[in-house]
Amino acid sequence: MIDARLESYLSDTRRYDELLNSSGDVRAHWRPLIDALASDGADAVRRGVELARRLIVENGVTYNVYADAQGRDRPWVLDPLPILLTAAEWREIELGVTQRAQLFDALLADVYGPQQLLADGTVPAELPFGHPNFLWPCHGITPAGGKRLHVYAVDISRSADGRWWALADRTQTPSGPGYALENRHIVSRVFPDLLADLGVRSLGSFFVALRDDLLRHAPAAEAPLAVVLTPGAFNETYFEHAYLARQLGLPLVEGHDLTVRGDTLYLKTLGGLRRVHAMLRRLDDDFCDPVELRADSALGVPGLISVVRAGRVVLANALGSGVLESAAWMGFMPAAAERLLGEKLRLPSVATWWCGEQLALDYVLDNLERLVIKPTYPNQNFATVFGRDLKPQARADLASRLRARPYAYVAQERLAFSQAPVWRSAGGSGSTAGGKGGAQGFSARALGIRVYAIATAGGYRVMPGGLARIAADAADIVSMQRGGGSKDVWVLAPDRRSIDEVNVASAAAPVHARHDDLPSRLAENLFWLGRYSERCEDKARLLRATLEVRPNAVLWPQVQGTCGQFVAPALFDEVNPLALSTDLERLGSCASQARSRLSAENWRAISVLQREFQDAARAKRDPRETLDVLLLSLAGLAGFALDDMTQDDGWQLMMVGRRLERLQFLAELLSQRLRSGETPMQSELEWLLDIGDSTITYRTRYLAVPRLGSTIDLLVFDRTNPRALAFQWHAIENSLVRIAASLGGAPDDTLDEAVALVEEMQLSAVEGEGEGSIRARQELAETLSGLSTAAGRLSDRLSLKHFSLIDESVRTVAA
Amino acid sequence: MNGVVRYRMRHQTVYHYGGDVAHSHQLLHLAPRNSPSQVCLSRRISLDPQPSTLREDVDAFGNFVTRLEYDLPHDRLEVLAESSVAVSAPTDAAQSESAAWEEVRDSLCYSGRSMSAEFFEACRFRMESTYVRVKQTFSDYAEDCLVPGRPLLPAAQALMHKLHRDFTYAPGTTNIRTSVIEAFTARRGVCQDFAHIMLACLRSRGLAARYVSGYLRTTPPPGPEAGLLGADASHAWVSVFCPPLGWVDLDPTNDMRVGNEHIVVAWGRDFGDVSPLRGVIVGGGRHRLTVRVSVQAE
Repeated sequence: MIDARLESYLSDTRRYDELLNSSGDVRAHWRPLIDALASDGADAVRRGVELARRLIVENGVTYNVYADAQGRDRPWVLDPLPILLTAAEWREIELGVTQRAQLFDALLADVYGPQQLLADGTVPAELPFGHPNFLWPCHGITPAGGKRLHVYAVDISRSADGRWWALADRTQTPSGPGYALENRHIVSRVFPDLLADLGVRSLGSFFVALRDDLLRHAPAAEAPLAVVLTPGAFNETYFEHAYLARQLGLPLVEGHDLTVRGDTLYLKTLGGLRRVHAMLRRLDDDFCDPVELRADSALGVPGLISVVRAGRVVLANALGSGVLESAAWMGFMPAAAERLLGEKLRLPSVATWWCGEQLALDYVLDNLERLVIKPTYPNQNFATVFGRDLKPQARADLASRLRARPYAYVAQERLAFSQAPVWRSAGGSGSTAGGKGGAQGFSARALGIRVYAIATAGGYRVMPGGLARIAADAADIVSMQRGGGSKDVWVLAPDRRSIDEVNVASAAAPVHARHDDLPSRLAENLFWLGRYSERCEDKARLLRATLEVRPNAVLWPQVQGTCGQFVAPALFDEVNPLALSTDLERLGSCASQARSRLSAENWRAISVLQREFQDAARAKRDPRETLDVLLLSLAGLAGFALDDMTQDDGWQLMMVGRRLERLQFLAELLSQRLRSGETPMQSELEWLLDIGDSTITYRTRYLAVPRLGSTIDLLVFDRTNPRALAFQWHAIENSLVRIAASLGGAPDDTLDEAVALVEEMQLSAVEGEGEGSIRARQELAETLSGLSTAAGRLSDRLSLKHFSLIDESVRTVAA
Repeated sequence: MNGVVRYRMRHQTVYHYGGDVAHSHQLLHLAPRNSPSQVCLSRRISLDPQPSTLREDVDAFGNFVTRLEYDLPHDRLEVLAESSVAVSAPTDAAQSESAAWEEVRDSLCYSGRSMSAEFFEACRFRMESTYVRVKQTFSDYAEDCLVPGRPLLPAAQALMHKLHRDFTYAPGTTNIRTSVIEAFTARRGVCQDFAHIMLACLRSRGLAARYVSGYLRTTPPPGPEAGLLGADASHAWVSVFCPPLGWVDLDPTNDMRVGNEHIVVAWGRDFGDVSPLRGVIVGGGRHRLTVRVSVQAE
């Protein structure tokens, strides 16, 4: 049974095999997994692979984000078969990674402090001094709490003899821990019982520890606030930023959500400025403060370094910690460990030669074909090359480059990575990381694992698991960017007690950010997301109802006269700023700015809606059919708004946005029609009811052909009709009362007067042809128009009150 | 010129903003530092309007910095830096006293042994930095100046002469966003570009050299000498690490070894480390900038 599937899995004597021992038998710690898969049968595995793929799409796990027509969203690739490591194997990795984290933190302290190791020749001064992430403005700063390295990651791999080696260290803003957690989340749904059966250690408490570390130093007297800083929704790992923020229960912010006043960092929230005590940053070192670092950066926080210098914010990681991200450091780590820790390096780096040393350069030039050549500095215009791939001329060119500027190059030994099984579907199609053709079963791929450590009060703590990455094909390049896949890493507990909690989802229960931590920019985007969603719906409804009456020669000019006043766009017009496609675009851009607050399904629905509309526009599809589809999707968004979001102040503002928009639209439409004083035809009333989505309500209630009085009653005054104006103003009032209760102050009363005037209107006279009736209709039109104007004023007032902290234009100047 | 000269400087910067600036942070390098040939006698920075926060500090290179924050709306900012210094001309050591340039280059490289404080400090200034690129082109350009075995000082002076000969001083053709490669290709620029290009040539050859920001005396001394270029604003030149002489300042814009007519304000790896005034403003619209510098010998 098993052996049939293992047939396609070929051992390679030059590599360590994670699954099989040297005699070709399944290793003992893999046996329970293989047996379980065998008893479930091949179909179960195939279903598991499909489930994993579906969950990735449903959860919106992407590597590259921003849902647009070009489809820049690239789904994450996960092979659901985990990598298994025994408790004893893991213990060794854990000790090695902990020590490296300590060592790098101590090295940062030296490089940004006394520079003893540079001056005494333990480490070359060329490494930090030529590195773009070495920030002189940070020299001499003692960070709050003393630590510079809070989150550390290292890529490790195994050589043929089974030993682990460090291939690359990540000290700036290590990416991937969120993906590791999401992988676990998905795999635990694919193999629900196996994690418990095998005694796999849980990842959940690792993230709790990370949050605790960030806030450890916040003064007891203040409500501690930590944030996650992202470069924005266009960043390739934005999914992870949003995911981490959610897991940690911290606000996800961009540079312009923050401001520095005096020596304090603040978040601009709905409730005003709130002090930030700690920041997990996913923004690169030199982008963080345009006053003292890169002046051309619009992403950073002006004045941030001053706050760091005053020791009033904890940054994970410290500014400038990226200086250690270079392969060139690796060869000097054993000596640095002796000097700084008085210890031998436990987890060795892969053999590395920094060409700045004459002997190293000579060796590298003699052995180019066996080595991988890398740049010393990340900003160099030089891509990693494998010496064996070079033709003689290219090799000679490389040699002369090395001789001209030796310190800028590093050579490393090529490690034959260990191999691990991946699942390959029949024919290879649809496999998450499969090869070409062939029967379904296991096949072998090169493996690397990224392991994470975080600083805690009791020292560094290693995540019991990690992000395993597998090569796309039989080559030794493991990289998500080059199309490889990922895997979950299962660390087996030494005994049942050390599993922590097995279920990840419950262990990482996020604490909820307090309501007044809501960044103003996010609230503003939610407000406008509400407005644009409703605006699209209103316009689509208007267009559909109007297209419906086009054949009616009497009605058509009337209807055109009414709606021509404020919206008459061609459906697929992309140039007209009043057109539907422009509003859909704005809806999408507000949604992407507010993405951290939207569920994966909600976000996906918005992407799909936009894509469908664009496809329809390209194909010039039948407008009515397109509008039907669009309205259905927009109704879906309304459902998400009601059922799928936390109902905090941000949500209240979003709902106010929806209600305001609906109120304004319908009040304006009715006012336009009634302004002349003429009595609308019966078919016009039907048209109005159709736009107001109240045709069925009208029929069931009045069992008669529409009359003006009852139509107005239903569309304006009926509080039970969710489309009626009265419903909107009551809902708005409720939301404003709630927002005021939460943020303090009195509820905004901008709308009250206009509402009172509408409520005083007498409907008895609106029907009929007499002078009095004409005046009554004109008066109603005027009152409704007043309501619409008041709604516009309310929108401005809310912006001023809650969003005015948002800085419109921030520029760098120099003289 | 020999002997000690005392100078009094006035450096006025005025921003007129098109609208209100709601909030701003500024970083100033406007107060002269001390150096082996210069003593700063007085320094004062006056501001209008007054900032909400002002901090004085010394940066990683030993320069005086002032950090400002404005948290109230303002449509104008005036920064007036007034200072006085005493400058002495460096004692004219024989040029041949400097070591051969290759020897200096090699002594700055990593050797696995500890370095003297002086050499270690020089190491900060021999690598690529934001405005100074290390490239083969620059290395090639310097080839006929840095000939094998030549003592470093005359070699660096030869490079200065070559730059002065090949490049046109052309105010207005470049700005602070012009890259060193662009200015090098165009063969023209202002003092900043001359300095960055010379730094790029020296560092591409593995030598240590720093960017010096400062002033020139405005009024030429009596006699046939013409006024010096770049005297009506901030000036910039290069300081080369020439052991055993130490740091020797060369002004490629005026093709001269610096004597007692240059006043040092700050030094760093390039312009980015020592720009006189840089900041980030919120709002403000379009702005107009006026800078006036006057240097009076006493």
